[in-house]
Amino acid sequence: MESERVHQGDGQPVSFTPDAVVAAFTAIPDLLARDAALTAHGRWLDVDCLLGPSTQPFHVAIRAGQIVDMTPAPVLMRSWRFAYRATPAALAAYWQKMPPAGWHDLLALTKRGHATLEGDLHPFMTHLQYFKDLLALPRQNGFGGAS
Amino acid sequence: MSGFIEPIVGRYVHVEIGGEINRIYFEESGSGIPLVCLHTAGSDARQWRHLLGDDEFTRHFRIIAFDMPWHGKSNPPESQYGTEYRLTTASYTATIRAFCNALKLERPVVMGCSIGGRIVLNLAIEHAREFRALIGLEAADFQQPWYDTAWLNRPDVHGGEVCAALVSGLIAPGGPEAARNETLWGYKQGGPGIFKGDLYFYRVDGDLRGRTRNIDVSQCPLYLLTGEYDFSCTPEDTLRTAASIPGAKATVMERLGHFPMSENPEQFRRYIAPVLQDILNKQNS
Repeated sequence: MESERVHQGDGQPVSFTPDAVVAAFTAIPDLLARDAALTAHGRWLDVDCLLGPSTQPFHVAIRAGQIVDMTPAPVLMRSWRFAYRATPAALAAYWQKMPPAGWHDLLALTKRGHATLEGDLHPFMTHLQYFKDLLALPRQNGFGGAS
Repeated sequence: MSGFIEPIVGRYVHVEIGGEINRIYFEESGSGIPLVCLHTAGSDARQWRHLLGDDEFTRHFRIIAFDMPWHGKSNPPESQYGTEYRLTTASYTATIRAFCNALKLERPVVMGCSIGGRIVLNLAIEHAREFRALIGLEAADFQQPWYDTAWLNRPDVHGGEVCAALVSGLIAPGGPEAARNETLWGYKQGGPGIFKGDLYFYRVDGDLRGRTRNIDVSQCPLYLLTGEYDFSCTPEDTLRTAASIPGAKATVMERLGHFPMSENPEQFRRYIAPVLQDILNKQNS
């Protein structure tokens, strides 16, 4: 058997600080507000969900594709329909301009066990590309300058 | 350039499969060694248009890509409308052999991607002598599921949107945007339940673990190539499969994902050109 190379994943493929991951995540509403095409893609979407770093997720309220509220969890008795939470290391890797193989997609992260998807998945699946693009918005800035 | 007509020609051939005539659409280009290309689950033969349009390859190969029944411009068999489509190892193998026989291809090379890569392994196990060489892209004897296929065909979820969104993550980042969009467009155009039906073969019926060790590459050379960004059929899945087959050649392709021939044709060319040259050299030796 002949082979070339394989990217071997590990628990932390890029360097990061937890505060930088949270800061990058909290920039998403502003990034979305400047992205008319992505907002339009979500024009039929109204949902309250829990998104973000597993160490500090956020309650995110989306109405007609726009984020109208984002509040750090926990909030007393606040409900959500689905949750997508990823480790800070996973988000730091996902946000690279050229993410490492296996860290480049929301469902790649769940497959490798660095993210969890829970709850009523219907709004997530009906707007799967929207959520992939929404959570990738910090990528355009090249998170951590490591790309 | 406006007015440019590509050398690719599309026609229909009537092929008897399972006792019923199927009207199969295929495109071809070039002359020489017949090279039959198999598209991925839920898409169609347009994925191969860059290979068919490659002047260097078509000088030595008659490259043929066909739409599987129920896909692209190959309609479902007349008796099957209204039934649930399910691809199986047996029906997929029979379809490929019947197509090659209908076109009277003499020991063709077959190259398949994803489900096409998986079935290439079965061709190597059961029918190696019929083929000159076999090429499996994103191929493995088995891979771990990463989503529930029930989401692919239900009335409250748009099938085209969800199929495309699911596979979008299998495309390597950083490739040409137009090629990415075209690859996903194929998924947005699939018939209801067809991607899911193809995955019945992939997930349920086509587990080849334990059978690939029976492949004898002295009868038919086997090449396996997998993109590093494919997290569905991972490089590890392909290398594990290749390790069970003495003499199989496995390559991990950089900056490519699950759809190498359509998501980044130029990058794919770097990897497939030496394989086709190797086949050509064997032919001429």
